[in-house]
Amino acid sequence: MGSNLTRRSVLTAASGVFGAAAVQQALQPLAELEKGFSLDELLQRHYKQLSREDMEAILRRLEKETLAEYGREVQIQDIRPIPEVQYGYALNLSLCIGCRKCVEACHKENNHDRQTYNSYIRVLEIEKGGIDLQDSSVTYDHQVPAKKKYYMPVQCHQCDNPPCVKACITKATWKEPDGIVVVDYNWCIGCRYCMSACPYEARRFNWTKPEIPAAEINPDQSYLTNRVRPVGVVEKCTFCAHRTREGRFPACLEACPTGSRVFGNLLDPESEVRWVLENKRVYILKSDLGTLPRFFYFFDE
Amino acid sequence: MGCMSSRSVFTVTATARCGVGGLGAAVNTMSSSCVALLALALGAAGCDGFADPSREYGAPVIGEATHGTLIESPQTLGVVDSPLVDVNGTPIGVECETCHGPNPATSWAATPGKPFHTGVGVTEGGVRFLNKHGHLRCDNCHTEDRLTVHLADGTHLSLGDTMRLCAQCHGPQSRDYQHGSHGGMDGFWDLRQGPRTRNNCVVCHAPHAPHFEPRLPAKGPQDWYLRPKPEFTEEGEAPDSEEATHG
Repeated sequence: MGSNLTRRSVLTAASGVFGAAAVQQALQPLAELEKGFSLDELLQRHYKQLSREDMEAILRRLEKETLAEYGREVQIQDIRPIPEVQYGYALNLSLCIGCRKCVEACHKENNHDRQTYNSYIRVLEIEKGGIDLQDSSVTYDHQVPAKKKYYMPVQCHQCDNPPCVKACITKATWKEPDGIVVVDYNWCIGCRYCMSACPYEARRFNWTKPEIPAAEINPDQSYLTNRVRPVGVVEKCTFCAHRTREGRFPACLEACPTGSRVFGNLLDPESEVRWVLENKRVYILKSDLGTLPRFFYFFDE
Repeated sequence: MGCMSSRSVFTVTATARCGVGGLGAAVNTMSSSCVALLALALGAAGCDGFADPSREYGAPVIGEATHGTLIESPQTLGVVDSPLVDVNGTPIGVECETCHGPNPATSWAATPGKPFHTGVGVTEGGVRFLNKHGHLRCDNCHTEDRLTVHLADGTHLSLGDTMRLCAQCHGPQSRDYQHGSHGGMDGFWDLRQGPRTRNNCVVCHAPHAPHFEPRLPAKGPQDWYLRPKPEFTEEGEAPDSEEATHG
């Protein structure tokens, strides 16, 4: 018995005990960092490295966290792209009246913070006769459409050559096979390099924890799109991928009373968006930057 | 699985995390705190491809576009504003059949001194009403009994088929509508997966006053940096300006 108790084994056991205590001590500030902080979240792998089982466990954990923090039962899915579909979006500047219904629909659909009235869409009110973005207004609050003004809703252009993806140092944002640029909110470290890289100012930052009353939370959620984001991460428009990957229209299109918005599959020659691109006068915002957007503006005659 | 980082600084991290089969395997060999802190400090290793290629796409959609498009088409005539108002001052709407139907309630039509078809942009009996739909007269669109409509060549149309009537003059709008770029819609972009609902012309455009009147927009963004900038004077910041804070 005594012979087993060597100096080596005592030291090993002692260092094990001390080590465990030290680790616990070291992790203590992390545990107190925020209520709801979990080690699972900390150890979670990159979205693309997760197996189906991992993803399933993460989704259930996120549902539980949403229930605990917001008091609402939600269904979070991981909806993957439909093969042989490339999304395109076109918007008729001649029809848009600047009513901000799309802004409102986005705000509700994507579980945005109620206090800042955040939305992925900004409608610019611009003087007719040019495209002067510098002097445009997004906070206009008078009857629309105003005389001598036109309206240009700007949201993520889902660029084929996305500067935001290049700027991301953690690879927390990437372009999906169907053309949608997404963010893994659990991988984003909130450096906001992507925001400064985006020429369309399409990305938003969660300065604070989003405040949404339980009754107003949209329970139809997906991991990469409209689940309630944590504080300190960047978020962006995904063309409502949780809807469009199920074949439905984006929320902003359904809200538009004028039919300015045309959405569809660019690979389908019969799609409405293809007809617009082939038959209308199409304008690409900041096309000189070479971002190759999937979002197009067009005009009537 | 090819794990590459576009930045050489992070190559080591990427290799370390992916090379041992990801973080899960690493947890077994290292103390979890070390991994956690490593992940926190260097958490920069995304992989270009999917570890599980079956996760890249969802299920393919097979089949033809079998679902249809339902067009909301009111089958009845609308309502016109009468000269009578309710307690709030809102004009009382009267259905066309009230006067033009088989048993007309003539007392409504004969309100003395006031034109009845308020808000209907037509010339009727030499009296000019609000000019909101060009110089059209009732007979241009309505049949003699005023209860149905007809095309310019006299073809009778059911009230659910009025889009053909509108298309006589509004060709470009009709063309755009048929190609899905005019008028709101709901439902599915992918008609293989579900149906779509659209409106016909008169759902949005009142036929007698088709122009959209200006309206107040929905609430705008309330970001702190979008608030009006404080005005600076020679003495400094204006006294009533609020300092911008994070919202």
